Amino acid sequence: MKSNKIVNYDKKNREKVKKEDSKSQEAPESIIIKSKKKNVKNKKREPKRGGKVAFLFFLGGIIGVINGFFGGGGGMVCVPVLENFLKYPEKEAHATAISIIFPLSLLSATIYVFNGKVQSLPLCLIGVGVLIGGVLGSFLLKILPAKLVGIIFSILMIFAGVRMII
Amino acid sequence: MTYFLYILFGLIGGIFGGMGMGGGTLLIPLLSIFLNMEQSLCQGINLLTFLVMALFSLFIHYKNNLLRFDGVISIIIGGVFFSILGSLIATNIDGKILKISFGVFLCILGIFQFIKVFKNKKK
Repeated sequence: MKSNKIVNYDKKNREKVKKEDSKSQEAPESIIIKSKKKNVKNKKREPKRGGKVAFLFFLGGIIGVINGFFGGGGGMVCVPVLENFLKYPEKEAHATAISIIFPLSLLSATIYVFNGKVQSLPLCLIGVGVLIGGVLGSFLLKILPAKLVGIIFSILMIFAGVRMII
Repeated sequence: MTYFLYILFGLIGGIFGGMGMGGGTLLIPLLSIFLNMEQSLCQGINLLTFLVMALFSLFIHYKNNLLRFDGVISIIIGGVFFSILGSLIATNIDGKILKISFGVFLCILGIFQFIKVFKNKKK
């Protein structure tokens, strides 16, 4: 048993040494590779652009799945995407997010309607409320402190979320 | 009474939506928790009311020159395909599962929103 342990210990040590060796050898190489990559990026911009389009396509897919599956909330995911990846300023991100979500919601809404997931009477009443509320909200936005509203809103969301899970 | 609540909840959702904070994410739980509506029904209603609201706000944003189009088209193309997938899953899945996953989604969004507000304060 003891000898076994010692052997094992020795093996482990050797492995560690090997790993460290390989690390120390890799380090300079990786630096070289990185510098090469930088050069490539500077020379060829076209493939990078294609990558960006694919990346945006992927992000759009995520937004689409969320907006379709949860029947909303795509805007709340879309705004940070625009701000962080496309460097939009806050106001323009909010405005543009609506233009992105609109076609997605149009498609999703038709699928919901065709699957009989809409009742006309509640829809009309809620719709009236939302329209009046929307006008009120855009005026209140100028009066109320945005930070306070943001905090209240986030706490409400967490409460509602927990209540729905339970 | 339920008719009154429909209008009231619509109003609350609309106010938050008008302030640019995702009113739908508040309207759906209100309907689902207090009126015990089926989850997918709430979502369908939210989608449709959003469409009407969005038309108005898009028009106003367009007038204020706040709409941009760089990089937006590839996001929309990706989104269109996957929104079909998402809504097909949502309309065919069990309501309880949908409700629970919506709750989880809300919690995550709420936490992110909370962090964002405090980050802005530091600036």
